[in-house]
Amino acid sequence: MARDESFRLSQIKANLERRALIYDIIRAFFRREGFLEAETPLLVPTVAPEKFITPFTVNGWFLSTSPEMHMKRLLAAGCGKIFQICHCFRKSERGQLHNPEFTMLEWYRVGADYMQIIQDTERLVLALAGRLGPGTTIRYQGREIDLTSPWSRITVRQAFMDSAGWDPFERLDEERFDVDLVEKVIPSFSPKHPTVLMDYPAEMASLARLRTGNPPVAERAEVFIGGLELANAYSELTDPPEQEKRFRQEIEALEQEGKYGITLPTKFLDSLSNLPECGGIALGIDRLVMLFCDAASIDEVIPFPWEIA
Amino acid sequence: MDIGEVNRNTKILINGVPFAVEDVKFVKPGKGRAMYYLKLRNLFDSTTREQTYHSGDKVEEVNVSSSDMQYLYREGDNYVFMDNETFEQHSVPKDLLGTKSQFLKEGLVVTVSVMEGKVLEVILPKFVELVVVKGAASTKTDTITAQSKMVELETGGILAVPPFVKEGDIVKVDTRTNTYVERVATKK
Repeated sequence: MARDESFRLSQIKANLERRALIYDIIRAFFRREGFLEAETPLLVPTVAPEKFITPFTVNGWFLSTSPEMHMKRLLAAGCGKIFQICHCFRKSERGQLHNPEFTMLEWYRVGADYMQIIQDTERLVLALAGRLGPGTTIRYQGREIDLTSPWSRITVRQAFMDSAGWDPFERLDEERFDVDLVEKVIPSFSPKHPTVLMDYPAEMASLARLRTGNPPVAERAEVFIGGLELANAYSELTDPPEQEKRFRQEIEALEQEGKYGITLPTKFLDSLSNLPECGGIALGIDRLVMLFCDAASIDEVIPFPWEIA
Repeated sequence: MDIGEVNRNTKILINGVPFAVEDVKFVKPGKGRAMYYLKLRNLFDSTTREQTYHSGDKVEEVNVSSSDMQYLYREGDNYVFMDNETFEQHSVPKDLLGTKSQFLKEGLVVTVSVMEGKVLEVILPKFVELVVVKGAASTKTDTITAQSKMVELETGGILAVPPFVKEGDIVKVDTRTNTYVERVATKK
């Protein structure tokens, strides 16, 4: 057993070293941009209610599924631009791209919207590629990816019309949305460069701001590189009644499935009226490391995956 | 059980047919529902198929147990095995055994998988050693060549062996491929 473990770890040693270097580059990038590194609790009394994210419970509390609400409480208190690298925990998420405990990079920029955050992401990824050696082109799973900005942007409506043949803004079928996203839309993105999928139906806004229009769109954008869903950005919602309404809908949906225990995050909602206009993003660091290590599985970039932790 | 609990060791029942889960591919958009792409092997006929499930789907788990059983005797077209621990006897039709039946010697210990009292599969040891009882078995289809000849084994099975193998020799047979491996003893 011990021999298996040291063999496995020796196989991924170079990836773990590169991972540490990536953390250094990320921290240097945000320091240069004037961001404060934040640290928020992993053991929390409640989590953002989301239908398809299940938390682990610990003595009636939860392991954090995302640092978002605490980071926004810091922003509401006036701390300015912040970033954080932390672990998140999501029950039953295990596969080639998932481990129930994983690492997230989040940052929030006061006064910015979601597309400015996407520009931050472009600069960060290019800074990493520059410092790690490959320049602007990386090789991932046998294909060259040109990381030069601006990355191609496509709206959810256009992407679904082109690849799945229906318009999610006309009549949204959320189940079909997820299936077609995975089986048709993402595979249609060019493997040669990153793609930003933007402007989601209002029903899928989560914690994002809505832009009025006909139909209204959620200012939400996701980044895909080499087939990996890497990051999810919002123009953050700063409207407490609207946020409370969405949370209540999610709690109701959870309870309909017999999932009780997640209560309204009142401390977060109380702080929301002081949240400045801002944009933010959550980026999966494990997948970022996979990209720069040419790793096919998350198991190649973390030393102790779930089953053998 | 919830689809989220299914893993590579799970056996599930679909329309009354048991399947072994051979592989689970988990795909999930960050905010969206999870998709589970399952590779399944039909435990009745060993054919494989793929099946997709989503977050919240339920599947029916089925308990398939494996136990060591001893081959006792043949009764018409059925072969009778006894569980070594419970001494329970199971009758297995010849069809389920297929060509494996020709290497079944009384007392041989095999692995039998059972679902709700019904035998799904009989797995012989990879190798069995059997006595050649007839040096040159005559069959209508197989021809004797310089490299091999057909012999009859103590279990009634017919096997292609090298020409030097004689009546009374003990040969080792690979039950996965139904082929001769080597001569382990020769008649004194």
